[in-house]
Amino acid sequence: MKQIHLAAQLPGVQNTVIWSDPRAGSQIAFDSFARLARTAERGRFDFFFLSEGLRLREHKGRVHDLDVVGRPESLTVLSALSAVTTHLGLAATVNSTFNEPYEVARRLATLDHLSRGRAGWNVVTSHDAFTGENFRRGGFLDEADRYTRAAEFLQATRVLWDSWRPGDFRADAASGEFIGAGAGGFEHRGRHFDISGRFSTPPGPQGHPVIIQAGDSAEGREFAASDADVVFSRHGDLAGGRAFYRDVKRRLARYGRTHEDLKIIPSVSYVLGDTAAEAAEHAAETARAQVGPQTALMLLEAAWGRDLSGYDPDGPLPDVDPLPDGVTEGHTQFRKGREETVRRWRRIAQARGLSIRGLVTEVTARPTFVGTPRQVADAMNEFVQTDAADGFILAPHLVPDGLDDLVDQVVPLLQEMGVHRTEYTGGTLRDHLGLRPHRSTAAGHDGTAGRTEKEAS
Amino acid sequence: MTRLHLAVALDGTGWHPASWREPGARPAEILTARYWADLVTEAERGLLDFVTFEDTLGLQTSAFHLPDDRTDHVRGRLDAVLLAAALAPLTSHIGLVPTTNVTHTEPFHLAVGIASLDHASRGRAGWRPQITSRAADAAHFGRRTTPQLTPEDVLDSELIAARLRELFGEAGEVVEVVRRLWDSWEDDAEIRDAPTGRFIDRDKVHHIDFEGRHFRVRGPSITPRPPQGQPVVAVLAHASTPYELAAAGADVVIITPQSRADAVTRLGGFGRARQRSGRPAGERIKAFADLVVLLDAEPGRAAERKRRLDEVDGSVFGSDAAVFTGTPGELADLLLEWQEAGLDGFRLRPGVLPHDLAAITGGLVPELRRRRAFRTAYEADTLRGLLGLPRPANRHTRAGSTGPAR
Repeated sequence: MKQIHLAAQLPGVQNTVIWSDPRAGSQIAFDSFARLARTAERGRFDFFFLSEGLRLREHKGRVHDLDVVGRPESLTVLSALSAVTTHLGLAATVNSTFNEPYEVARRLATLDHLSRGRAGWNVVTSHDAFTGENFRRGGFLDEADRYTRAAEFLQATRVLWDSWRPGDFRADAASGEFIGAGAGGFEHRGRHFDISGRFSTPPGPQGHPVIIQAGDSAEGREFAASDADVVFSRHGDLAGGRAFYRDVKRRLARYGRTHEDLKIIPSVSYVLGDTAAEAAEHAAETARAQVGPQTALMLLEAAWGRDLSGYDPDGPLPDVDPLPDGVTEGHTQFRKGREETVRRWRRIAQARGLSIRGLVTEVTARPTFVGTPRQVADAMNEFVQTDAADGFILAPHLVPDGLDDLVDQVVPLLQEMGVHRTEYTGGTLRDHLGLRPHRSTAAGHDGTAGRTEKEAS
Repeated sequence: MTRLHLAVALDGTGWHPASWREPGARPAEILTARYWADLVTEAERGLLDFVTFEDTLGLQTSAFHLPDDRTDHVRGRLDAVLLAAALAPLTSHIGLVPTTNVTHTEPFHLAVGIASLDHASRGRAGWRPQITSRAADAAHFGRRTTPQLTPEDVLDSELIAARLRELFGEAGEVVEVVRRLWDSWEDDAEIRDAPTGRFIDRDKVHHIDFEGRHFRVRGPSITPRPPQGQPVVAVLAHASTPYELAAAGADVVIITPQSRADAVTRLGGFGRARQRSGRPAGERIKAFADLVVLLDAEPGRAAERKRRLDEVDGSVFGSDAAVFTGTPGELADLLLEWQEAGLDGFRLRPGVLPHDLAAITGGLVPELRRRRAFRTAYEADTLRGLLGLPRPANRHTRAGSTGPAR
């Protein structure tokens, strides 16, 4: 039976967090992060994940104020979490557009050392001049170059991680040799990066941290197949999940990789109840709390690209047409095809007789498992055993205690079913994910398990 | 007697290049969290104000301005901000001050990284911004070049500083941007107002719209204002141009006097830079002096140890700061004598770790306490608190601005 890979995310920014709940804690205090990470580790999760956003979203020219706003820098928080956890993988989104390979490589290598091999990196791109306004180099990147830069960024980063060969870090007092001659020497010449020198940080225990990717476009799927260890997919229904799974796994072979080399993990949520009816009721309450009247109108305005403040959130959709430029900055969901989005939303609302708030609730809900602990465990297991996914990344509605019920009630059932570990069997994130040691980009490196060798065996 | 502030500068296995070959050294562990945790908890046992973590973008080198091919010195290091963060949950009072590059690293990343360290440590973060002029470091980024220094430049700290004036000017902008980003959220911006659905009061989150000679940054920060409001900015300064950077933007200036008289001269030079900066006189800047220290209880022993280490290394170790060898009692004499020049404290660079750190916490600290010149318990939970620096009001609150964010 396939094992289920579980990851946890501390959510923010999107309207999924119910911050108005009396049990809701701080979204910024380190204790919240530590509490949620320890819960995930108690549930023997593979890893804990933090997303990133390099500019506060704006709506109608002003900083967005309805959802959770404000978060700490992910790798700094994960480094601190490495001190209060022992096995849990620690992964973060780090943007490849507003960073440089040298710095990202050394920061991830540092996290891998500090955590003894638990670092992961979700490689994302941005084309976004709005975000670029926070950076010296600004919004310099054409959208068409996003993936070429991301791919070359990752390639350069791998060159840096491979710049120390096994045994280069010696610290041998008897011989007086601290490092091997030329250790850390590197050169990468490409279209986006032309860099050379000496890399300051020997690779951590994993060699290459776990690489995660989240894009769903054809380029994104290809990037995942060639370079990622984990994909965060968005397909939360069985049919969509299976199609995506088949498509991405099929692409692996052309890069000399096997099915085991890439784990597909959709982002999902869950609501539990003692009975199915109670769970459904909790799910409805949750949705109401997530999409308040102001949030419903704001998201509608984001889609329509215009001021709709005169409309009743509990009334029908506006019959005015969307504007092309938009009133919201920093949202990615309406970047393409605003008119298409509006047409689709109108169809849904009409077919189901939904109000503005009802529609927004419907279209922004993330895939959710709803039911008793037994029903949720069975549903998760069916998903994984039928190859709709290899596991899940869970984003609880409540910070920091939102994962407790799942870890206390669902995880034990998965363990009984023999599809989730009861103890960690390895020390590194690669171990948890069942991934092979990292692939080396440099030819002739000893001690690194190249994928072609492994395939031959 | 005014109490001294004491910090230690941690780097590799200590500041002497042969330190890693000493019997007590743990050179194979310098990339592990445990090694640094042992050092920092020892410093905290000694009730020190803060520890600093050195960093450079490139591999360490012996020459100031050039890479080298040496294989017999400590090479390889961790990112200092992330290292400091990993130590935050393992300590409770001591300040954590990482060094970062400001020439190539984005100011926005620096601001949110240090703010996040302050959140993770509940108010114990500091920051030591440092320029890099090495052409080799620039090649790691491939975006720009920096002045190539000559051996003559390197011999004279005033000459180097003049050559690097442009980079120091840019560093001043980086510090300014970082400070504005820390203030871009007012302390009470998070309101969680359920009836209106508002998580924050957007009138209390501000664009900074910084436009300098070198770059622009729009803001606001993605990270709410850190617990200290402004984490402690410490600048190591050897000459007039870096004095200006410290005078304009630092909470702590660290100078490198060679004697008490030299301390008087340097503090005078800094004082003049301070006056030129136009910064309000009410904003305290604490003056620290750096000293490399090798300490042994038995008289003459430390000097002998240094001679032995020099011999192993094949050259006589010197530093930009004065190198002290002696007993903890002798060091206490010197610190108190130099203090009278107007210094608030010292950042001691242990020659050999853990030996000289243990001699600071176990020898020097008790000696200073006997003379009522050092604390007997931590009297504050934040680094600002320990240093006697107030928590600054937010510039937006100070200005009484409650207008819209734009």
